[in-house]
Amino acid sequence: MFDRRDLLKRAGLATLAATLNSTRALALDTVTLPFANGERPLVKYPQKRAMIGLTSRPPQLETPFAIFNDGPITPNNAFFVRYHLSDLPYNLDPDKFTLEVKGKVDKPLKLSLKDIRKMKATEIVAVNQCSGNSRGFFEPRVAGGQLANGAMGNARWRGVPLKAVLEMAGVQSGAKQVTFNGMDGPVSDKTPDFVKALDIDHARDGEVMLAYGMNGEDLPFLNGFPLRLIVPGYYGTYWVKHLNEITVIDNVYEGFWMKSAYRIPDTPDNAIEPGTTPKATIPINRFTIRSFITSVPDGAKLKAGATTLRGIAFDGGKGIKEVQVSTDGGKTWTSAKLGKDLGKYSFREWKLPVKLAAGSVELKVRATGNGGETQPDTPRWNPAGYLRNVVETVRVTVA
Amino acid sequence: MQRTVLLAITLALATGLGAVTAAPVNYQLPDEVAAFKPGPNLEVVQGNCSACHSADYIKTQPPMKDKKGFWQAEVTKMIKVYGAPIDDADVGKIVDYLAATY
Repeated sequence: MFDRRDLLKRAGLATLAATLNSTRALALDTVTLPFANGERPLVKYPQKRAMIGLTSRPPQLETPFAIFNDGPITPNNAFFVRYHLSDLPYNLDPDKFTLEVKGKVDKPLKLSLKDIRKMKATEIVAVNQCSGNSRGFFEPRVAGGQLANGAMGNARWRGVPLKAVLEMAGVQSGAKQVTFNGMDGPVSDKTPDFVKALDIDHARDGEVMLAYGMNGEDLPFLNGFPLRLIVPGYYGTYWVKHLNEITVIDNVYEGFWMKSAYRIPDTPDNAIEPGTTPKATIPINRFTIRSFITSVPDGAKLKAGATTLRGIAFDGGKGIKEVQVSTDGGKTWTSAKLGKDLGKYSFREWKLPVKLAAGSVELKVRATGNGGETQPDTPRWNPAGYLRNVVETVRVTVA
Repeated sequence: MQRTVLLAITLALATGLGAVTAAPVNYQLPDEVAAFKPGPNLEVVQGNCSACHSADYIKTQPPMKDKKGFWQAEVTKMIKVYGAPIDDADVGKIVDYLAATY
């Protein structure tokens, strides 16, 4: 809570801080993302390697794309970071941390981290992707975080099923949704707190998880330490960080971050004519299917002859059936060999040996899911810059 | 020099965080490096916008054809949606600065 005087004082301090640190204290270098106004500092944060800095307060960090070629699991110290509101729980004490479960339940709960860690643990490998991943490629451009393709990552999450916790609390009949709130919040009490909701059946599907572990370690602070929601196949907006409040409700949650923000057009492909406004919208939900070439960056110079292309694919939870690659700009396609199956919510690696002739070459990759869903040849558009899954093209020069 | 020391402390904390679960977290963000570009009404913008977010939120927005319309919509969103307590008299000044500077 603040009043106007407070606000001015804070602003003054922020300005002072900005003046004192006019040089880039921790900026290691800059990178230029491949769209207009794409220059970003490479920044170093505690628990993170050098990351692409989108914003500093609240912190938003994008994963440098080359990391996705290192393997199907994204290291914790390279995992992207996205916050909405600036009041982060920087000084939280895990021994005093409490998860509250309340609302339409028979037995409201207050669980410590120890309580949660004593429960039967489960693990899942799942991609987390920011709803706005790749927004910078939208044409016409739209407001919001201007990300390239690095606001995604794949990790092995460890924790307890949300279902088990809800069963302990005893969900009452008539429950419709469950809301999730984390310890991070707004600077002003006039700003809507970041609260998300899932339908009760989704919350009880056994897959939605409360995770304390990530790739065999505790969650990094900026990825939601000590507990976050894992919603496999769903965009990151639902994966509430620093999760400490779960409320079962008997209506549809109408808070800003569900009712007004994170909405997609209610059309068959959730797209509309570029530059227009949708007539009706629904909350964003499952990932669209995507695939990437990770072994060759756009603009690379390659030697003519044999080489092996590699990459990743993922979808909203049906799993990847096939990945096809084109080395002639999309005229002909060849099926790639899929890598180890780490589960239907995971990145799936692929590779394909190809022969490249000299000249300018357009490499393309296209995934098909077990549900038959595939990627469009031309980008779909919506005003918030969500759901991008056009067939990606990497342009290379072969000599 | 001071900055080097700060960096060293930050990195030391980072190492410690990974090793011990039970210790209270004291996560240290790096210094805020983004600053508003010089322009008309700069102090009004600093006074109103910096309370909730850093300047890079503005700097990284895409170049739009209708700059004034774009920034007017953004400022309106900050007031109506996020409850930014911006005086009516300042709204035009902020929009002018943003449209002229970014």
